[in-house]
Amino acid sequence: MTINLTLRIWRQPGPDAPGAFRTYQSGPLSTDLSFLEMLDLLNERLSLAGEEPVAFDHDCGEGICGTCGAVVNGRPHGPVERTTLCQLHLRHFNDGDTLIIEPFRARAFRIEKDLVVDRSALERIIQAGGYVSVNTGSAPEANTIPVPQPTAEAAMSSAECIGCGACVAACPNGAAMLFTGAKVSQLALLPQGQPERTRRALDMLRAMDGLGFGNCGNERECEAACPKSISIRNIARLNREFLRASFFSEEE
Amino acid sequence: MGWLGRTLNSSIGKKTVMAVTGLSLGLFVAAHLAGLTSIFRGRVAFAAYADRLHDLALLLRLGEIFLLVVFLLHITVGLLLFLENRRAKPIRYAVRNSASGQTWGSQTMPYTGLCLLLFLGYHLASFSLNDYAPIDVLLRESLAQPATGTFYLIALLALGLHLSHGLWSSLQSLGLSHPKYDQFLESGGVGISVFITTLFSLIPILALFWPGFLG
Repeated sequence: MTINLTLRIWRQPGPDAPGAFRTYQSGPLSTDLSFLEMLDLLNERLSLAGEEPVAFDHDCGEGICGTCGAVVNGRPHGPVERTTLCQLHLRHFNDGDTLIIEPFRARAFRIEKDLVVDRSALERIIQAGGYVSVNTGSAPEANTIPVPQPTAEAAMSSAECIGCGACVAACPNGAAMLFTGAKVSQLALLPQGQPERTRRALDMLRAMDGLGFGNCGNERECEAACPKSISIRNIARLNREFLRASFFSEEE
Repeated sequence: MGWLGRTLNSSIGKKTVMAVTGLSLGLFVAAHLAGLTSIFRGRVAFAAYADRLHDLALLLRLGEIFLLVVFLLHITVGLLLFLENRRAKPIRYAVRNSASGQTWGSQTMPYTGLCLLLFLGYHLASFSLNDYAPIDVLLRESLAQPATGTFYLIALLALGLHLSHGLWSSLQSLGLSHPKYDQFLESGGVGISVFITTLFSLIPILALFWPGFLG
């Protein structure tokens, strides 16, 4: 089955250059194509015509790396729940649909070109404390530190976050609380994360505040947009971790 | 800046201030409503309630000062958050398409808040700072005017919307979330908002449509 789509894509030559929407007719497309394959086909045509191809980020194509992402008709990663842009297929669209494709927008995410945004602000948050400090050496015996299965599952649910930035893109306030909440939670839940737990909450939250993200309004748009369905319970946990570290610990 | 200043200046710190002051204001609204239910028992009961309240003298003054501080904090920090959040999202999307996380209440928080502030000014000017007639006469005469009554109903709608998001949101900001209670807290917040708004609204509705109101 083939469909024809009208694509309105945000084109912006560079970070400081003005951008605008350009409209392209897709021509017939197989509904088995992925969203990114559709962009590849468009780019092939643009290149042959001597035009600048649309720049977009992608890597694994399996929805696990967090590299791809654009806003399609107002939804980060498109209209299908629990799906990254690379896993979105054209069978979810109808013949004659118009797709408005924009980059993730937030002050903390600078647009590099077209649909490519600089999400290194998320890396800065991780660098501030999203790790555990352990002495390397031979691998420890697997069951040296007992972790109850439900706890491991809860930590794994938080660790599912692929850091794609859809939560920031979906948030009306451009906040990174779901991302930071997930990254603080995955370690706060496990015994290995305990020694740095207090310092981590303070440092990661302060790093986040300093990077130009907004404040959480508890509007839950992040949770709805997250391709991994990270729950806003992670935000509540971040709030608890930060308040506990601020008011009930000796760390400053 | 000391640890307390740093904490309160952080994003979560500001949200904590909003939550604590918001819940305090919510408690005040509930207490105010509880007192005003005396209206439903007639003019005599209402006048007696007003007299007993004013007999508290010093305690009432202290309460008013506390409320003023709480109000000022809630408004100032709320405005600060509003401006910061606008700055964090300088360019809006060409198409806005909520993934249904937002509610009417959550989307309109700054605006319903502003509406409530305007109402508060009017409400204080017409009752607290006005003593040309007994309180029951003031209430009957002002609310019986269609313009004033409608204004009150609009303000109460704003209150309901504000509370429908604010109550649960405050708890979430304070980190109160648990798989067993989340659903209860969320629906509870909306339920309480509907209850408070409905009960409050009966007062202007009665004043507008029932000639025997506070007679």
